[in-house]
Amino acid sequence: MKRFEPAIEWALFSCAALSVATTAGIILVLAVETWEFLRAVPLLDFLFGTEWTPLFATPRFGVLPLVVGTLLVSSIAMLVALPFGLLSAIYLSEYARPGVRRGVKPVLEVLAGVPTVVYGYFALLFVTPLLQRVIPGLAGFNALGPGIVMGIMILPLVSSLSEDAMQGVPRGLREGSYALGATKMQTSLKVVVPAAFSGITAAFILAVSRAIGETMIVAIAAGQQPRLTGNPLVPIETMTAYIVQVSLGDTPQGTLEYRTIFAVGMLLFLGTFVLNLISAWLRERYREEYS
Amino acid sequence: MISGTARRRAQDLAFQTVALLVLCLALGALAALIIDVWQDGASRLSLDFVRGFPSRRAEQAGIWHALMGSVSVIAVTTVIAVPLGVGAAIYLEEYGTRSRAAKLIEINITNLAAVPSIIYGLLGLGLFVRMLAMGRSVMAGGATLALLALPVVILSTREALRAVPMSLREGSYALGATKWQTIWNQVIPVAMPGILTGLILALSRAIGETAPLITIGAVTFVSFAPDSLWSPFTVLPIQIFNWVSRPQVEFQANAAAGIIILLLLLLTMNALAIWLRDRYQKRGLL
Repeated sequence: MKRFEPAIEWALFSCAALSVATTAGIILVLAVETWEFLRAVPLLDFLFGTEWTPLFATPRFGVLPLVVGTLLVSSIAMLVALPFGLLSAIYLSEYARPGVRRGVKPVLEVLAGVPTVVYGYFALLFVTPLLQRVIPGLAGFNALGPGIVMGIMILPLVSSLSEDAMQGVPRGLREGSYALGATKMQTSLKVVVPAAFSGITAAFILAVSRAIGETMIVAIAAGQQPRLTGNPLVPIETMTAYIVQVSLGDTPQGTLEYRTIFAVGMLLFLGTFVLNLISAWLRERYREEYS
Repeated sequence: MISGTARRRAQDLAFQTVALLVLCLALGALAALIIDVWQDGASRLSLDFVRGFPSRRAEQAGIWHALMGSVSVIAVTTVIAVPLGVGAAIYLEEYGTRSRAAKLIEINITNLAAVPSIIYGLLGLGLFVRMLAMGRSVMAGGATLALLALPVVILSTREALRAVPMSLREGSYALGATKWQTIWNQVIPVAMPGILTGLILALSRAIGETAPLITIGAVTFVSFAPDSLWSPFTVLPIQIFNWVSRPQVEFQANAAAGIIILLLLLLTMNALAIWLRDRYQKRGLL
């Protein structure tokens, strides 16, 4: 039996090392096609061009409209997910009795586990028509509806990570605050939340990263019209929705149009990668603070 | 002074109420989603719908091809992701906890878990579909989703392994068992319920994935169930997406009905995860 031990360890190590190969694979695949793309389109034209019409007869490759569309929808999602997620985290961590927490947390997990294509349906055929009754000028495809739904989708992530951070704050801090006569609200907002600040920020950043990379909700409900606008009421297109749009068509491999999805993907990957790194670093920091 | 206290109490109560309302709002959204989908799609649910194939006429269309596509793709995903993921987790938790390479791999996995799923689709397109020439097949789809599911499998398996008490391992070593014998005969059986729960949850997430499979080119108009690893395929979420994208109300009802089936499938898997966990726990292994 002893003879096999090194072989087994080596095999298990290869499994673990495969994850590094995955990262390398992602970077390589994106880099090769992006490199080819950038040989035809100058980097500055790509990053700062204000027109995105790669499938037109006279193609323009300025990615800004897609970036702005992505940021617009993500900002709306964050306006929903951050305050609501934080408030529900405060409630669950500081106010709720254990029975309530045990009941609510699985339901939030279900909310997080619903496939995104279902949320897309919900945004297009329930939330947008509902909003159209209140906002007359709202187009059938828009940034507002999917933004709100995306916020609902991300809320459980914000809530559960923030709650974890708050649970990590030592009891003594709360007791000190109560001893000084503070109410639960004062303790939550002025002691617990600041003490858990780096953990909560980490949750927020991870949520932003999720919103930027979210695909199906926007592909279904936000439209396919790349335009440089901050208006949430008109159709737009996000980076992810563009990748879906091209994938659904029959763009031949090796053409410039085909390579655009890798260039856009590269931008998306780099953006979310930086956010994920910052978030992981912050989480590491709060873990050190109270342990 | 007393009025100050009363004011602060009132403030606290108001704050608590608002926080509770927000929480209820989130839960209400879930209820609204389920009710909306049920109202739109319940009338389309029938055995013919489940066993039917795509059709230009909405009332004759079904989801059998997509359902079989989902099942085949997830089968491939399971075969690839489970051994690799569990193996990686065992290495990181039991062997390489102190090495620098292990630390690096750990950071890398946390990062991979947060990479947008559509990026995995681009990886699958470049690597499996093109470079390894698998085409737009069940195999390519399953492999792509396997890479996507791996970080989740690894993270949840590690958690399950970590919950196994150290004394169990030490007892096994004291009896002369080797490291692998200890892991195989003691650690894994005890960690099994946790591992299984994590696996099922990871796979149920993979079933709901749409974007990466669209990106590798799973076609929306396949009208037959896949009959080999190399056939083209579609999956249930893509069929739903296809129907949502059409303007006709009849097709949207089909989408809603497809969503009901998808949610039922996920619910079944989650229930299975809970049942498995309970069964193992009752046998007194934890």
